[in-house]
Amino acid sequence: MDIKVNVRESEGDAYVVDLTGEIDVYTSPKVKDAITELIDQEHYNLVINLEKVRYIDSTGLGVLIGGLKRVREHGGSVNLVCTNPQIKKIFDITGLVKIFGIFDDEQSAMKALV
Amino acid sequence: MNPALLEVSSHGTVELKIPGRAEWVAVARLAVAAVASRLRFSVDEIEDIKLAIAEACTNSIQSAGGQDAGTIEIVCDALEDELRVTVRDHSPAAHLEPVKIGGLDEGRTEELGVFLIRALMDSVDYTSDPHTGTELVMAKRVTA
Repeated sequence: MDIKVNVRESEGDAYVVDLTGEIDVYTSPKVKDAITELIDQEHYNLVINLEKVRYIDSTGLGVLIGGLKRVREHGGSVNLVCTNPQIKKIFDITGLVKIFGIFDDEQSAMKALV
Repeated sequence: MNPALLEVSSHGTVELKIPGRAEWVAVARLAVAAVASRLRFSVDEIEDIKLAIAEACTNSIQSAGGQDAGTIEIVCDALEDELRVTVRDHSPAAHLEPVKIGGLDEGRTEELGVFLIRALMDSVDYTSDPHTGTELVMAKRVTA
C-alpha cells in the first residue's frame, strides 16, 4: 500500500497535486509533506487531484482540511477533483462537501480557483 | 512469530492480531473485507466496513499518541445476516464518544474517524478501562 504524489505547476500561480493510491494513517504524512511544502513556498491556490485515489480515511481528510485552513489564511483555496463514488460519499457524510469545492475534472477545479 | 496472525475457525469467526502501528492498518482492513465478502454485502457496503475497521485501528494508534499501540486484536464474527467486528487494544484512553457533524473540529481527525465509524456501521458499542484497554464492537447487517 502506498501513495504516489506528483506536484506540478499549472495556470497562474496554481499548483496541482496528483495523488495515486490509498491515503490512510500510514501514507497521509507523505501527502501532508507535499501540501505543506507548497504552502511554505507561498503557493496558496491548489488543486488536489483524487481521481486515482482508491481509498481515503479520516487522516487523509484531516490532511486536506489542514491544507485548506492554511491556504485560506492567505486568501487561497483548495479544490478537489474526485469522481470515485465511494470517496465522494465520504466527503458527503462528513459534511466536507460544504467546505471543499469538489469537481469532476481538473479543468473545472482550476477554473473555479480564480 | 509472524507479526500478523490470521486464524480461521470453522464457526465463522476470524481472529487477527496486528502490530499497533500505522503500516499494519491496511492488513486489517483487507482481511476484514475478505471476511465481509463471504456474506451478501454489496461492494459499497464492503468498502464501508473496510473504512470503519481502519478507523477503529487508527483510533487505537492515535490513542497511543501515534506511536506503537502494542497489539491490536480484531475478531470478525460472520453471522447469518450480520458481520460483527470487535477491535480490542490496550489503550487506556479511547476517544469514541458520538460526534455530531456540526461539532466536527476540522483539525481533529480522531473525531472524523469516530463519526465515520458510527455513520457507516449499523451499531457501535465500546468499553474502555484504564487497566484492560478499549474494546469496540461494531456490526453491519446484510440487507440484500
